[in-house]
Amino acid sequence: MDIELQQVGYAYSKGTPFEKQALTDVNLHIPSGSYQAIIGHTGSGKSTLLQHLNALLKPTEGTVKLGDLEIQAKKKVKNLKPVRQKIGIVFQFPEHQLFDETVLKDIMFGPLNFGVPADEAERRARALVEQLGLPEEVLEKSPFDLSGGQMRRVAIAGVLAMEPSVLVLDEPTAGLDPRGRQEIMELFHRLYVEKGLTIILVTHSMEDAARYANRVAIMHEGRCVLSGEPEEIFGDELSLAAYRLSAPRVVRLQRRFETLLGYPLDKLCLSEEQLAFEMGTIVRKERDF
Amino acid sequence: MMEKMIFGRYIPGDSFIHKLDPRSKLIFVFLFIAVVFLANNAVTYALLLAFTLLTVFFSRIRLYFLINGLKPIIFLLVFTFLLHLFFTKEGDLLWKWQFIEVYEEGLRQGIFISVRFMVLVFITSILTLTTSPISITDGMEVLLNPFKRFKLPVHELALMMSISLRFIPTLMDETDKIMKAQMARGSDISSGTMKERLKAVVPLLIPLFVSAFKRAEDLAVAMEVRGYRGGEGRTRYRQLKWDWRDYMVLVLLAVVAVVLWWLRS
Repeated sequence: MDIELQQVGYAYSKGTPFEKQALTDVNLHIPSGSYQAIIGHTGSGKSTLLQHLNALLKPTEGTVKLGDLEIQAKKKVKNLKPVRQKIGIVFQFPEHQLFDETVLKDIMFGPLNFGVPADEAERRARALVEQLGLPEEVLEKSPFDLSGGQMRRVAIAGVLAMEPSVLVLDEPTAGLDPRGRQEIMELFHRLYVEKGLTIILVTHSMEDAARYANRVAIMHEGRCVLSGEPEEIFGDELSLAAYRLSAPRVVRLQRRFETLLGYPLDKLCLSEEQLAFEMGTIVRKERDF
Repeated sequence: MMEKMIFGRYIPGDSFIHKLDPRSKLIFVFLFIAVVFLANNAVTYALLLAFTLLTVFFSRIRLYFLINGLKPIIFLLVFTFLLHLFFTKEGDLLWKWQFIEVYEEGLRQGIFISVRFMVLVFITSILTLTTSPISITDGMEVLLNPFKRFKLPVHELALMMSISLRFIPTLMDETDKIMKAQMARGSDISSGTMKERLKAVVPLLIPLFVSAFKRAEDLAVAMEVRGYRGGEGRTRYRQLKWDWRDYMVLVLLAVVAVVLWWLRS
């Protein structure tokens, strides 16, 4: 499902003394099947932007196209349910939305709301619990008895159970330990590769964006200031600095290596493995020379 | 929806009204509520309305914003107006359609009650809009101090009030967030039958309660860690200051009251 934002603007509390412009003239095209990262500082408008991707907020200016559905400022839109089923959002700290008596029921909440039959919803819940690496016993437990990391997974399962074709993630790893962080990010990556999901990752972690995304957009003061391939964006350290962002660690390491080496590498490496390989090749070549 | 609510919000500023001591504002509002009931004819209501608009003017809060804030209670306003309009059967008959009759006195009463209602809402809104919640509670604590003698836990009450005021916006944000998260999972509070809607409230309320209790616990721990042990011997960081403005406002109110008394029929 293609998502397109055209000259989108959004102001909170419009028409009151508390009016606050959160988004200004945002243009962004997210083709079906891409892994889009949206990066920005706190207060840059990321979270506001994200809520437009599921029609939770309606733009006060411009147009948001979610597949066939067109949402324009100042126009009423009816029946948002189908689009909400296709676009799943994992909010920041999603464990705060758990409510049901058992984990199983909580995971089934979403699918049941969208009219999936109960046995199918249960099948999905069981499959997801396994896929997310949770022990089967948790299904019958109260979600409030689980550990923080487990609650997070259950909440994510609750969104995945709707079988959306687009997955929007708002800082999905915030507050997790490094191991849990990596496991969850790997899980999303697997879904992206195996199921062909479109993923939109809202984050301030340059590392996650560099490692997983194939398209990157930078938000700054409510505007989408840069957008393109990760290699372009992360290679352009001057622009990044202008938006008070620094390049991912792996890029900074490569730059340092290049300074010591005296000439740049052929390409920008965005994962540690890739950079290690490139550095190894160079070192071997230099030694043999 | 919630962002339109003006009740309990504070707009910082440095108008004449903003600069008043919270104590004088509280006394003013308290007395004003009584004074409002002095009005009972067109002249006195007009005076009351004029006085209220003057207050609004001095608070530098835009009138249309206040009127916007009336929206949530417009139903109540219209309802009381219609109630008086149709059920007061005195004076000349103005209009009749089948069994519906409107009398002159009914119209008068309807208008008076609506004006009274609006004036009260405006004045109390002005209080909360121009006084930060923290100074309101400070003012209240001082004003209630004499009641300590009767074993009224004044400090604790003030603390409870400031904590609840402090957490209103937080809980509102939280409600908004959880509501959106559940909406994204296909739950829908704004449509469907009454039963469906009631059912949709559960996924909203339970997480809210859970987080409210967690917050309360965190707050209690944080206060204890910083050595809070009740109001005994506690000094104040924010000192209240009573000056000529405060006297002036109360004198003005007294004048209005006297004039109303004199003009009422």
